[in-house]
Amino acid sequence: MTIDTEPTLLAVTDLVVDFGAGAVVDRVSFVMQPGDRVGIIGESGSGKTLTALSVVGLAPDSASVTGSVRWHGQELLGRSDRELSRLRGEAIAMVFQNPMTSLNPVMRVGRQIAEPLRLHHGLSRSAAGAAAVELCRRVGLPDPAHAARAYPHQLSGGQRQRVGIAIALACRPALLITDEPTTALDVTVQAEVLALLHDLIEERDAALLFITHDVALVSGITDHLLVMRKGTIVEEGPTAQLVAAPQHPYTAQLIAAARATALEDA
Amino acid sequence: MNATRAFGRIVWRTWPGRLGIVFVGMMVLAALVSLVWTPYDATRVVPSDKWLPLSTTHWFGTDGAGKDLFSQVLVGARTTLFVALLSSAIAALVGLTLGIVSAVTPRHTGEAIAHLIDILIALPTLILALVLVAALEGSLWTVSLAIGFGSGVVLARVVRAEVARVLTHDYVLAATAAGSSTWRTVWRHILPNIAPIVIVQLSLVAALAVLAEASLSYLGLTPISTPSWGRMLEGLQQSASVHPWAIVFPGLAVVLATLGFNLLGDGLREAIDPRLHTRVATPSLAFNATIERQAER
Repeated sequence: MTIDTEPTLLAVTDLVVDFGAGAVVDRVSFVMQPGDRVGIIGESGSGKTLTALSVVGLAPDSASVTGSVRWHGQELLGRSDRELSRLRGEAIAMVFQNPMTSLNPVMRVGRQIAEPLRLHHGLSRSAAGAAAVELCRRVGLPDPAHAARAYPHQLSGGQRQRVGIAIALACRPALLITDEPTTALDVTVQAEVLALLHDLIEERDAALLFITHDVALVSGITDHLLVMRKGTIVEEGPTAQLVAAPQHPYTAQLIAAARATALEDA
Repeated sequence: MNATRAFGRIVWRTWPGRLGIVFVGMMVLAALVSLVWTPYDATRVVPSDKWLPLSTTHWFGTDGAGKDLFSQVLVGARTTLFVALLSSAIAALVGLTLGIVSAVTPRHTGEAIAHLIDILIALPTLILALVLVAALEGSLWTVSLAIGFGSGVVLARVVRAEVARVLTHDYVLAATAAGSSTWRTVWRHILPNIAPIVIVQLSLVAALAVLAEASLSYLGLTPISTPSWGRMLEGLQQSASVHPWAIVFPGLAVVLATLGFNLLGDGLREAIDPRLHTRVATPSLAFNATIERQAER
């Protein structure tokens, strides 16, 4: 796929995802410019994950996806898997929620990190292997050369999610989509992984689409926020403004819930 | 090369793996040795030497025609090994192809193939072998084809279920999200994850093939020129009440070959699945993992 000169990175317009029993994602629209950091927040079942998956054509086969998803001005909906796979992991990469299950259990993590590099950049096995070790170092794995040779079950949850981030950022994507990347981790590890994500995004000037149910997480890492409920966007705006003065009662409720949790923790 | 050696060492570490290697190794050795050397010509008939007991000149004694039994067992290993390997290879080809295609193709095609598999499974392997041998000609290829195909369709059903299970895992979605094509995902992520089960199934196919070949030879359905343990058993059992020791050797050979393939399958399964051997990559990583796990509690 050729990269157009259109400056807008991603334009989602009237996205509808339907499994046949009513829309699960209902007319969702948003726009991202290069380097934008956008959060989608909402309770489970609000359609936030499905929205993200639909952007890269990964919604389940049983779903009908309509509307428009434009990448640099080019329509992505309806394109074949073959065409989309050139974009996936290269220009748009994803980090998944559960690092316990999102890594192949029988493949050394170094090879998993090297895979997108071999796929998209055509690196040789040894060059990609060396790059993988370097990425292990960059995401803060102890003893990177050895870590690259480990199997996922030999790493802790936090370390595995660092591997997930290394895989996603291997090809220096223009957009990183993270789906609850820290939910499966405990609080201290959560903060470390979030900080790492923040640094890497900054360093590479990548755009970020950050999906979470936790308001406490979005304020540090995103500039713009979309609040989703039952498949629709109920409110959107700059993160700081939305958190300080929510307009929609649902947003207020989410923020109040996050404050209560924070108080409990303190 | 290094990886292969490490792999072998892991198989060797378990008792089933070790016994499997020994038994199958003995059979391979017997087959290879028989190509260059046997104490006597396995087909040489010496009427004056019939029913000789075990001795230093005839290790396993001789049969009713005076043929050396040790030589016959050695040569018979070739037949058994050939059928076992060829049957497993055919079963792997049929099982993996049908199973994977039926699991990853769009729903209707996949289900059609699944129904086809169910119908094919209904054909009993040995009967299929008998029919094929009768229709074509009794060659080791025909026998292997029947055993391989019959076991292959059963394997296909196992593979289909396994692939369907693996497909639901996040790492398959993650691989797709990283730009891996369907067939690349099958090759790099799905196959390695179903390999342990396929290997065990294939070792069962090999074990079954040993028994099936012995049965078909016993029934006289393999070419008469092919030396085989089953054919030996058939010839020797008629005089078993008078010369009971003779029948022990080909019988033992069949048992050890069957057992060997089964045990080897067990050992390979453990070796191929890194989650089953709890080796830790480095002390530092293990230490960190422990610390983080404690922190998570």
